[in-house]
Amino acid sequence: MSEEMEMEEGGGAVKKFMFLNRKAPYGTIYALEGLEVVLISAAFEQDVCMAFVDDGVYQLMKDVDTTGIGMKNFSKTYRALEGYDIDKLYVERESMEARGLTEDDFIVDVTVLSSAELGALMAEQDVIISH
Amino acid sequence: MKFAILVNEGPYTHQASDSAYQFAKAALAKGHEIYRVFFYHDGVNNASRLTVPPQDDRHIVNRWSALAQEHGIDLVVCIAAAQRRGVLDENEAKRHGKDANNIAPGFRISGLGQLVEAGIQADRLVTFGD
Repeated sequence: MSEEMEMEEGGGAVKKFMFLNRKAPYGTIYALEGLEVVLISAAFEQDVCMAFVDDGVYQLMKDVDTTGIGMKNFSKTYRALEGYDIDKLYVERESMEARGLTEDDFIVDVTVLSSAELGALMAEQDVIISH
Repeated sequence: MKFAILVNEGPYTHQASDSAYQFAKAALAKGHEIYRVFFYHDGVNNASRLTVPPQDDRHIVNRWSALAQEHGIDLVVCIAAAQRRGVLDENEAKRHGKDANNIAPGFRISGLGQLVEAGIQADRLVTFGD
């Protein structure tokens, strides 16, 4: 627990939460159910950010069409995050570049960080929930 | 120290539940507190009392139930993840018109807020899964 933890109004502690997304959006349920935790966390008024690494960067792809696989398309949920005050979205540069992607491929605005920078950011977190 | 544990994988297929259990046992033996164990994704299948492993194998579900009973540990199963996968308690079975329920003793079904709250209350949240 960080000692310089902020206090929210009413005296409760505010922790730094990072939701770390490592898996492709379809193929497994991790991304979809992971997103459900992120949305719920907004009700707790914590300091929340999301990070996307490995195949997790595919979660933010524009123009996803899921009709061929019979799955519900939840891409738009990432655009709704801002309405929940979740606007700190980080993408690991190495993962993005290894997959031939650029920031222009994403459905939302993100901050691109190197692996080392993201590692430093992780070290500052109180809680990391990874899927 | 006060730990919260997140189990993201089902029993037997994956080591996650075994490792989480061994971790919880070891932490308790050292005098630490387990604030809550939260079961998410396929982890909800750890709560099915209809689980029948071969007799010479460990009984993962009963082991969690026994740990809850001995140490008063809060075992919480995510309601949305559980319903998708057919893990129901008596109330949920009734509410959805199902003819049976299958939740094991010591487990309770609740919302994802219980996971976030555990992250806030515990000193460390430890995740077991892929």
